Amino acid sequence: MNLTQSFRLALKSLATSKMRALLTMLGIIIGVAAVIVITSLGNGMQQMMNDQFDKLGANIIQVSIYGLGAGNSRSVEPDDMYELASQYPNYLSGVTPSVMAQAVVRVGSEEYEKTSISGVSEDYLGMSGQTMAQGRYLSYVDVDRAKNVCVIGAYLSQEAFGGGGVGETITLSGVPYTVVGVVSPLASQMNQGGQDDSIYIPYTSAMRLSNTAMVSGYIFTCPGKDSAPTAKAIIENRLYETFQSSDYYFVMTSAEMMDAMNTMMSTMMVVLVAIAAISLLVGGIGIMNIMLVSVTERTREIGIRKSLGAKRANIRSQFIIEAGTTSAIGGIIGILLGVGLAGAVGALITSSSGTPFTAIPAADSVLTAFGVSVGIGVFFGYMPANKAAKLNPIDALRYE
Amino acid sequence: MAHLIELRNVYKIYQMGAETVHALDGINLTIDEGEFVAIVGQSGSGKSTAMNIIGCLDVPTSGTYHLGGVDVSTMKDDQQAEIRNKMLGFIFQQYNLIPKLNVLENVELPLLYAGVSASERRQRALRSLERVGLSDKCKNLPSQLSGGQQQRVSIARALAGDPSVILADEPTGALDSRTGREVLGFLRKLNAEGDTVVLITHDNSIAVQAKRIVRLQDGKIIYDGDASDPRAVVQPTESGGTELTDGFFHEEVGL
Repeated sequence: MNLTQSFRLALKSLATSKMRALLTMLGIIIGVAAVIVITSLGNGMQQMMNDQFDKLGANIIQVSIYGLGAGNSRSVEPDDMYELASQYPNYLSGVTPSVMAQAVVRVGSEEYEKTSISGVSEDYLGMSGQTMAQGRYLSYVDVDRAKNVCVIGAYLSQEAFGGGGVGETITLSGVPYTVVGVVSPLASQMNQGGQDDSIYIPYTSAMRLSNTAMVSGYIFTCPGKDSAPTAKAIIENRLYETFQSSDYYFVMTSAEMMDAMNTMMSTMMVVLVAIAAISLLVGGIGIMNIMLVSVTERTREIGIRKSLGAKRANIRSQFIIEAGTTSAIGGIIGILLGVGLAGAVGALITSSSGTPFTAIPAADSVLTAFGVSVGIGVFFGYMPANKAAKLNPIDALRYE
Repeated sequence: MAHLIELRNVYKIYQMGAETVHALDGINLTIDEGEFVAIVGQSGSGKSTAMNIIGCLDVPTSGTYHLGGVDVSTMKDDQQAEIRNKMLGFIFQQYNLIPKLNVLENVELPLLYAGVSASERRQRALRSLERVGLSDKCKNLPSQLSGGQQQRVSIARALAGDPSVILADEPTGALDSRTGREVLGFLRKLNAEGDTVVLITHDNSIAVQAKRIVRLQDGKIIYDGDASDPRAVVQPTESGGTELTDGFFHEEVGL
């Protein structure tokens, strides 16, 4: 049997009724386009998150401490953590206490509601990979004496001091802090509440500001991604030693965080794709419907072909190829539409949020979408094709 | 030597509700290579059933049918398709060309199902079209041709597969008398060139173009003999009736 002729015939019969062909394909087009858009945006989102994690430092380990251990007497001090880091220099390359403070940020009479306040040590600059744009970073003396000094992010510098800021004063809950330095911008586009809308103060000052006597978090760095699990285990062992229970602390590496986020994203994408796939099912039923109509319309042709010696398999493959071609063309249109739409949505997100966002249509999802749409055509085309193949040649020849 | 077509005691019985219809009621018929036979009969005489069975489109209820020495009366669907493809060439009243395919593609169809390679298919189809004088129209669609030309294309299609038997079912039914004569002339020419032709018709004037006439009535053969015999064109009035009282029963024989 000649496949090229079947294929050509399929194209011909599609071309003769373009409107009908388009409507038949619509379900497949929408389904495939939806799947492509969802996966492209999902991939773009994942890529964006990964980029941000990379910028933040992929080798960061965050430690949260929830409270005092049994008997309300056990806790770890910053000195314990510094000691731990110096014990294992191959696994822990840096450590800083990290205290997030809540305070009203004012410059003059202007209030900055979204600005974050981080209490850190003088080591944080090197650990985070940030660089100074102006002035100096926090120093050991600032931390030790809990001085009221701060380093500000580029956004705040831009907004509050017109790009400068060293020597100026910011009040945090009414307490004046002197700006000693400005860090270079982190994100390529700065916005309110973003990474660059931040204030760094000595953690000792942050504790005083939040009225707490305990450091609730630490940030460690490890030399590489490979050493992260070991580093995590070292920290956990040390904390368990103190608390005698794993209920009071939580250690997470940035790699784990990234994995967790990625897993979440993937799960969400699977759910969305499954919903979009329903459209593919509906499209398949549409194809089956139109193929049944086509078989009835072409009963006489089937009779002629059978009288000339076409076997059941010949007739069946002809109709299956026709169904497969219909859905394959629908799939291709859907892929083009999906890629186009994903690009447009990506551009829209970029222009509205300010963060660069690229939708990434993955080759494997495009190929899968194409394969699935052909598969649907063949699957739903089989029943009508079989009906055609089983027609009695005498009845089919007589059919008007 | 074995006969090309050999029907032995063939019955075809349909169950129409409570009624049993004997479309073929014990037919014995042999046709040899190179013959030109017309199977004649009025509607309901069983000639269409006979043509379906000879054409391997249907199987008899009982009896045997040997085509080219092979028993085809018990064959399954796909085996019959193969026999039709290799041994039979059909010419239909309504031409039965596929409207979406051009003339050449239509003629190529039986070769396509025979698994002939594309280049050979084309060559043989063109040769076949040359025989009917339509090779210059090979790129046309059937709808662009006249009725007579379409019927010639269908003859070319029937010839393309080099069949043992050409089965023509009322080939002139849809044509005016002049083009009808032309098509009959073609069939005679094919027969003269050695092809076996079986013509099915209700029309005596067509039937006499054949060399031999087989007349069917109520599923039985009531005449089988030379076409030039005057008795060949006698159409009895009632089933079983054989009164030959006057010329009223003679259908007009026109050439």
